[in-house]
Amino acid sequence: MPHVLVVYTDDEPGVLTRVASLFRRRGFNIHSLTVGPTERPRQSRMTIVVDAEETTVRLAVEHLRKQVNVLEVQQLGDRPKVVRDLALIRVAAGLDVRSEILQLAQVFRANVVDIAGDSLAIECSGGPDKIDALVDALRPYGILELGRTGAVAMARGPRASPEARPDRVSEPASNQAMSV
Amino acid sequence: MTLTGTHTGAQLIWECLTREGVTTVFGYPGGAILPAYDAMVGFDIRHVLVRHEQSAVHMADGYARASGRVGVVVATSGPGATNLVTGLATAMMDSTPLVAITGQVGSGVLGTDAFQEVDITGITLPVTKHNYLVTRASDIVPALREAFAVAKSGRPGPVLVDITKDAQQGRADLDWEAAQPIRHLRHLPPPLDPTALDRALELIRHAKRPLILAGHGIQLSGARAEVLTLAERADIPFALTLLGLGAVPATHPLSLGMMGMHGEAWVNKAIQEADLLLALGMRFDDRVTGKLKEYALHAKKIHIDIDASELGKNVPVDVAIAGDLRSTLQALLPGVPVADRSAWLGKIREWRGDSAVRDIKNLPDDGHLYAAHVMHDLWRLTDGQAVVATDVGQHQMWEAQYYHHDAERSLITSGGAGTMGFALPAGIGAKIARPEAEVWVVAGDGGFQMTFAELMTAVQEGVKVNIAVINNGFLGMVRQWQAMFYEGRYAATPILSPDFVKLAEAFGIHGQRVDTRAALAEAVAAARAAAGTALIEFRVEQEDSVYPMVPAGAALHEMIRRPSASVIAETGSDPV
Repeated sequence: MPHVLVVYTDDEPGVLTRVASLFRRRGFNIHSLTVGPTERPRQSRMTIVVDAEETTVRLAVEHLRKQVNVLEVQQLGDRPKVVRDLALIRVAAGLDVRSEILQLAQVFRANVVDIAGDSLAIECSGGPDKIDALVDALRPYGILELGRTGAVAMARGPRASPEARPDRVSEPASNQAMSV
Repeated sequence: MTLTGTHTGAQLIWECLTREGVTTVFGYPGGAILPAYDAMVGFDIRHVLVRHEQSAVHMADGYARASGRVGVVVATSGPGATNLVTGLATAMMDSTPLVAITGQVGSGVLGTDAFQEVDITGITLPVTKHNYLVTRASDIVPALREAFAVAKSGRPGPVLVDITKDAQQGRADLDWEAAQPIRHLRHLPPPLDPTALDRALELIRHAKRPLILAGHGIQLSGARAEVLTLAERADIPFALTLLGLGAVPATHPLSLGMMGMHGEAWVNKAIQEADLLLALGMRFDDRVTGKLKEYALHAKKIHIDIDASELGKNVPVDVAIAGDLRSTLQALLPGVPVADRSAWLGKIREWRGDSAVRDIKNLPDDGHLYAAHVMHDLWRLTDGQAVVATDVGQHQMWEAQYYHHDAERSLITSGGAGTMGFALPAGIGAKIARPEAEVWVVAGDGGFQMTFAELMTAVQEGVKVNIAVINNGFLGMVRQWQAMFYEGRYAATPILSPDFVKLAEAFGIHGQRVDTRAALAEAVAAARAAAGTALIEFRVEQEDSVYPMVPAGAALHEMIRRPSASVIAETGSDPV
């Protein structure tokens, strides 16, 4: 089962290597890993999706917590959360099928970001399932190039204060917020 | 703060070490670390020049294990740095606090494959707790201070600080307070969970056949008194891991001895029969558990360890507590009731009696020299008071079985990594840390030949260690596996040795050869009396094996027992 971890780290050279190396060395299988800047200066935020058993994920979290550069680890588990993936898809689109593809894109609320003579580039963001569905829908036309960012995730509800429990795996507060 | 103004980076290194309380470093100079060496002479720090950088780490490791202080290593870039890797991995596996400082090529040529450049922070990533690449003089003190804090805090371990040559040559102000480390505090163990303590107490109260599994964490946490109080008050016997030997006294009435692959049969049987295991500062290594699916199936398990990533890793447990062992036990002890478990202890005693008759050390002297005799006699002759550094293999197991360690930090051995060549440098490091202690280095003929160049380090440094080389002409433990599991095909295990007595002479130290048990005591006395380092070569039975043995992958109760005493006495060799 895929588990989603959110990890705050120092924004320093080598931190990504440390995290990736830790997962590789312990045999934890990374499904996707994204990293970027955060609301806090000099800190990075990673979203790591791992395919593993519950126990394995717990160990991965504990190993992450031992890293000097790691500030906070959230295990989103089955808590309400927003998980988003961005895909850029170049699909073969001759004049005969172009309008079909444009309609499909509309259904998925995807945008066309480039038009070439015989193809379209489509940008789509959303949950991984939605992207998978779009990719499946476009496949019959011929996908020429596909790039995905991997998941970026955030718990729904109020932000659990990292300052209050800097040394714990924080469980985001559960919340009745509506799904968007 | 006494020092202000500008210093060179090289000076800041030594200033920082001095303020961290470092009095001794183990190292080897070279191009990229030369500025640091040049500045060293202005500071009151002893530098021990080794013969190979790997030995520098082992020495610092032995120094740290014997004293509880942080061991410090200095080496140059490139091969100097890569030679540290085995030592760092050894320290990492056995949780030894070390700081290794390496020189690096100038920051301007980093990444260009410059002369003696290697990416040592990349290489050592998995074998250090943390590491640093420092390219500016002003970053030296913060990095080093944090390195010491990280090495010591939580589960200790080695930290490497790679400092470019221009950072050593550059100048910076010393601002000690501003460099106060804080990041190592990010991951302190969570506060004790009272419900976990309650559940643990409940299990202890109801246990009929409880057993303490005593590990290395007891020494690291300083929890000896608490563990003994727990054992004595609740009448719970304890079994020890290899690195736990000495953490609690071997001759204590509740001590059973070592557990695991070469643990005594009664110890492993007690584990398999127990209804409660209290795992204290240990990590259920595969050499300890045997086949996991059949490990201690009747037992509830309480696991206390400072490293949360060890909890539930190999063995599922009923109560897992991530925390400092000493403070956890202090919180637990008031709730532990006085108990009498003489029925359980009596049962273990019965099993013990069955094993003792098979024990080789109980045999009369039949003219053959067995390594077990050597260890047993060494224990007797040194009143069990020596600090013993062992290498890896058969002699290591015999030492663990027959040298009964009562004192903390009295056994220094490479447990997790199993690093051959460890004993001599680690023993030298231990002696430097505790000059008043009698230090014995026990090594096999194979491992000793890996690092015996360090004899010259001992001579140059005026260090006295007593060395017992257990020579059986084989890489004995591998030969034993070949005999047992590979139908006796001795591929690459027969090993020749130099004349160790002449070797000793070449190094200018006392050397002696012993091939009968009758000559043992006198040789040991002569070695102890010798002014400097002394070496005794013990020519022992060539094809003797370590018993009992749980074959790799077998359950703990499926031991190969010692062959009956008569077979050994008659043939003088192992019947395998």
